Amino acid sequence: MLLSAALFMIGVIGVMVRRNIIIIFMSIELILNAVNINLVAFSKELQNAVGQVFVVFVIAVAAAEAAVGLGIILAFYRNKETVNIDEMNLMRW
Amino acid sequence: MGEAIAFYTIAAFVLGFAVLVVSTKDTVHSVLFLVLDFLFVAALYVLLGAQFLAAIQVLVYAGGIVVLYLFVVMLVNLKRPPEAHQDPNRRGKLGFALSAAVLAELGAIAAFGYVRPAPALAQATQVLPVSGNTEEVGWLLYTSYLIPFEIASMLLLVAMIGAIILAKREL
Repeated sequence: MLLSAALFMIGVIGVMVRRNIIIIFMSIELILNAVNINLVAFSKELQNAVGQVFVVFVIAVAAAEAAVGLGIILAFYRNKETVNIDEMNLMRW
Repeated sequence: MGEAIAFYTIAAFVLGFAVLVVSTKDTVHSVLFLVLDFLFVAALYVLLGAQFLAAIQVLVYAGGIVVLYLFVVMLVNLKRPPEAHQDPNRRGKLGFALSAAVLAELGAIAAFGYVRPAPALAQATQVLPVSGNTEEVGWLLYTSYLIPFEIASMLLLVAMIGAIILAKREL
């Protein structure tokens, strides 16, 4: 549990601190992994396999998110030649 | 007791690699640390009795997602400063030492395998089918959670099409 919380915090700090969007995406993966560890730990604690089923779903959603997110990064990089989120102000009004 | 030691060791590795992922300057190094982090999380799953999830973790995360990240990092060619190769021999020596270690390990495995090959192998094949973790998860997945499963597959299909359309240069 503590490990999961610590990993989650590292992921959140990564999202907050870094300015490279690829590293931010990797931090999000770390957060999802923390959630997965928590689910598996509870699944073992309660002797109930439903938690592992949910981990399968989380992994599927994480894969989808990574594919779409990286597609967006590629499209954005083709337009603006940068991966720095401070310059991603296209939709600012 | 041994389980606790293994858990804390793996936990320390997971956290250490997570910190490295977030703090490394070079994006490629960051991705590689991410692979190691995922592998240790898979080891943690094995420790927690979720062998099926460990296999999925290695296949999907360490095999698929990370390759995707690496591709994007390579495509998005960041203007890195030219790498400071102050000592070109250093990596060669390191690689030589590592390969020597692997060779010694393989030799040791071969040597000890010839000494007592049969009983350990037979034991392993006997132990393997008993752990019904994959069966349990699969049973739940295809009975109680059939509709969420189908929705997840639909989501993956939509994400795949979306990613292709996003990454195409022109429609």
